[in-house]
Amino acid sequence: MKRSVIDILDLSTEEIESLIATAQDIIARPAEYAHACAGKKLATLFFEPSTRTRLSFEAAMYELGGNVLSVTDAATSSASKGESVADTARTVSCYADIIAMRHPKEGAALVAANAASIPVINAGDGGHCHPTQTMADLLTIRREKGAFSGLTIGLCGDLKFGRTVHSLINAMARYPDNKFVLISPEELKLPSYVKKDVLQEKGIPYEQTTSLEAALPQLDVLYMTRVQRERFFNEEDYLRLKDSYILDAAKLKAAKGDLCVMHPLPRVNEIATDVDADPRACYFKQVLNGKYMRMALILKLLKEAAQ
Amino acid sequence: MNIDAIQNGIVIDHITAGRGMRIYELLGLDALDVSVAIIKNAVSHRDGGKKDIIKIDSDIAINFDVLGFVDPGVTVNIIRNGQLVEKRRIDMPERLVNVIRCKNPRCITSVERSIDHVFKLTDRKNMVYRCLYCETKVAQ
Repeated sequence: MKRSVIDILDLSTEEIESLIATAQDIIARPAEYAHACAGKKLATLFFEPSTRTRLSFEAAMYELGGNVLSVTDAATSSASKGESVADTARTVSCYADIIAMRHPKEGAALVAANAASIPVINAGDGGHCHPTQTMADLLTIRREKGAFSGLTIGLCGDLKFGRTVHSLINAMARYPDNKFVLISPEELKLPSYVKKDVLQEKGIPYEQTTSLEAALPQLDVLYMTRVQRERFFNEEDYLRLKDSYILDAAKLKAAKGDLCVMHPLPRVNEIATDVDADPRACYFKQVLNGKYMRMALILKLLKEAAQ
Repeated sequence: MNIDAIQNGIVIDHITAGRGMRIYELLGLDALDVSVAIIKNAVSHRDGGKKDIIKIDSDIAINFDVLGFVDPGVTVNIIRNGQLVEKRRIDMPERLVNVIRCKNPRCITSVERSIDHVFKLTDRKNMVYRCLYCETKVAQ
């Protein structure tokens, strides 16, 4: 039966475990999966620039032995002629077996999923959801920390518009004994509905601070984010806030020896390059983990669609 | 103040005082070619407080979701041949379809044609509805 993934919460914790198990099996035995999607086509519909997520999906499909149809620029697609998202999804359903879609409007992936006759994976819908990034984050935390519970997780930077932050909080809030430290300038604090509906509702401890240095020593995971120009209506606000937090090797000295530093990438200057060689820097591992989790998700959805 | 009893029609009763006009507008009653009476600040026999009442002199189809969204707890009385034949207390609907529009300019509903504007009830206690697509909260 056709099924789409729009939000990380569309997947139960059991399904997350199953996807992680598949991803780890792919890592251990890649040859076993080299033809798993032979004869299948993934359509990547990207109505907003994102080289890395698109390449990750495409690499994932190629490594499963499948093929890729790609729309990389809305300016050259039918959307520029005024075609609706729903019609685009219906049309692409005639050509491909599964869709990965990024769109600047929030909820666009749900519209596509409702219209398409094939599974749709949300590859980012504006500032709303980005479930496969969260899947990459979860596999990284599992591989680096060994568990999803008992962690103090610092989230730093743009917590207001950062969809990866909201999704990660939603995902990690389902596991026990975690604590969140929310590090942001006043203007980019976590929206009250996330605090109220997720953290307070579930009684999850959290603290808010504007100081990265003060928060750093207690953290097991530090999730850095970029202040995104495209989420601001006002250029002045963006310029004022873009350099709020910069993690460098000097600051990292105060952190735990087994801290896991993550970032959804691309970074601008939130993490200085002198951190890259530190064994605690996990953001490029995160990229690789994202590909494995996308492979696991494509496999799962294609298998379910065939049943 | 007295309004004549209706023979065949609908009485929407126990509307929270001040919400009568919003219900009138959302139900599109201004477009009907029938007699409609809005009584504001009537005395409620339930608790002695104030309430609004709408009387519609025709047995039209009512969108109960509008009533449940704007003012859960109102009652709808169906009158036929001058007799009360049905009395319904209206609760909050789980989903609202094409009753209100999402105000978030980043929401897909702001540009996608031919799409239903759907809101789901996410917090019954605090009467919170969110857009199905972007999850923006509706300001009541």
